[in-house]
Amino acid sequence: MAQIEHVSMEAGLASALMQRRTVVVGLIILAVFAFAAVFAPWITSFDPSALSVRDRLTPPNATWWLGTDEFGRDVFTRLVYAGRVSLLVGAGVAFLSSIIGIVLGLLGGFFRRLDGIVSRVIDAMMAFPDILLAISLVAALGGSVANVIIALSIVYAPRIARIVRASTLVIRELTYVEAARALGVSTWRIMLNHLLRNMVSPIIVQATFVFAYAMLAEAGLSFLGVGVDPETPTWGTMINAGRQYIGDAGWMIMSPGLSITACVLALQIVGDGLRDALDPRISKEL
Amino acid sequence: MLSYIARRFAGMVVVMFIVLTVVFIIVRLAPGDPAALMLGPDATPEEAQLLRDRLGLNRPIHVQYVAFLAQVVSGDLGTSLFFNRPVTEILSARAEPTVFLSLFSLVIAITIALPIGLVSAYKRGSVFDQTSVSLAMLAASIPSFWTGLLFQQYLATGAGWFPVAGYGGPDAGFFERMRHLVLPSIVLGIVNSALILRFSRAAMLDVLSDDFVRTARSKGMSEWRVVLRHALKNAMIPIITVVGLTFALLISGAVVTERVFNLPGIGSLVVGAVLRRDYPTIQGALIVVAGLYVLINFLVDMLYLAIDPRVKY
Repeated sequence: MAQIEHVSMEAGLASALMQRRTVVVGLIILAVFAFAAVFAPWITSFDPSALSVRDRLTPPNATWWLGTDEFGRDVFTRLVYAGRVSLLVGAGVAFLSSIIGIVLGLLGGFFRRLDGIVSRVIDAMMAFPDILLAISLVAALGGSVANVIIALSIVYAPRIARIVRASTLVIRELTYVEAARALGVSTWRIMLNHLLRNMVSPIIVQATFVFAYAMLAEAGLSFLGVGVDPETPTWGTMINAGRQYIGDAGWMIMSPGLSITACVLALQIVGDGLRDALDPRISKEL
Repeated sequence: MLSYIARRFAGMVVVMFIVLTVVFIIVRLAPGDPAALMLGPDATPEEAQLLRDRLGLNRPIHVQYVAFLAQVVSGDLGTSLFFNRPVTEILSARAEPTVFLSLFSLVIAITIALPIGLVSAYKRGSVFDQTSVSLAMLAASIPSFWTGLLFQQYLATGAGWFPVAGYGGPDAGFFERMRHLVLPSIVLGIVNSALILRFSRAAMLDVLSDDFVRTARSKGMSEWRVVLRHALKNAMIPIITVVGLTFALLISGAVVTERVFNLPGIGSLVVGAVLRRDYPTIQGALIVVAGLYVLINFLVDMLYLAIDPRVKY
């Protein structure tokens, strides 16, 4: 019985999402970028780092769909390969910051004695402007894709932790948690089975937004030259490389900028749609 | 009320203490010998030893931590390794463009977002509302440095309406320096208007459905007065909160925007310090910026006490 209800609830969520045209558009945009990132070598026949100095700064044409850069590399090919790194960073940060945030939030929300310190740490971490904290962390850890993911996860984990903590404070007072405790269920199991499972949806919503912020932040770091290695193509490094040629070869920064915007916008639309679908009360109010 | 202020103040001090601890840890996260990292590969072991002595890196970690706290509390942020001058001095020399850029862009963001947010809430569900909400989402999705580069190229280099970059040179007067901040402030203002628009719309929606608004209407008060005197006044509290929270966002935006327009502000200073591994400067900038954020949000809370008679703790 419970199983059937569970399935129908998820089906309800899916159909509620699909009824919003904008959410469908957002999901399609993300699917296109994800597809291009995964199947990059099959989508383009160029090598992302193949130099062709003779063809440098060629405007978009039939061969080079989005033109070439200052070394004669194909911008479309680099765009597709850069999407791999940019999306990997976004997804990696969404995942890792959720893990850190869940642990922190559960500790703070569940154990009263830890709550004071956990809440203050969250407040303190949120006091740092995200880019400033991220570049300082990358400066300390060193600039690689993995370190950028770690740095941005530290930056955004407090956002997840705050939500997990708030949900924990509410749920742990509910009767079924009390009942479980009275039955002698271990604290560990209560946290996993009763608390965490009931806050999956707000975490997913927040992680979607973190995905979007992380993509913007990674682009910002790469643009500043303090993120991943400048030779690694990401949408941010492409814009940074193109800024010197903006007057003669505007196409070098157009496509990466539009790609970041499209992905971040799509993620925000999907995040908003998810939140509304999961919490019908909010969707009516807003 | 006094005890609330005291409690809130104590909370602020604790958060500041954790901020300092976090900064202390970040700077010491770097693997290997920080002195060797700072000096680069050409340094001799003697030079590294000298720098370690100067920075106190030879002492045990807890002694370093206590010394660091004592130093910061006494108002000393250390000495920049690159400029060889006190970090506080460098920060104050670089503060002007960042402070004015943040202020101007905040004013621009509020000027754009507040009226649109209010009208949106008032005409909820209309074409105007849907358009402005969609545009706000778009503005929050565009990387600010990309908008900055495009504006710079087309409005400054191309059309010549604004100075392209820089801060007017060493002899520029105050007005000339501010003129260089106009375009960067517009870029940053547009980016930051997104959040304020969403918040002011939500706050106004909340208030418009309240009982006292209905009462005011049923008294036959003009719609204009209902919205401005009753609804807006009450919607101001959440709006002020978000303006306080926008500070961190503003500084993040300023860091990147300063690099686009080549402004000699705190953002450029930190990025330069990261590239030069000038840890005392990074550390000092983090402390000052996070400290300001904590202080501003404390003041915002105090402002509630002043403007909202219902808030009595």
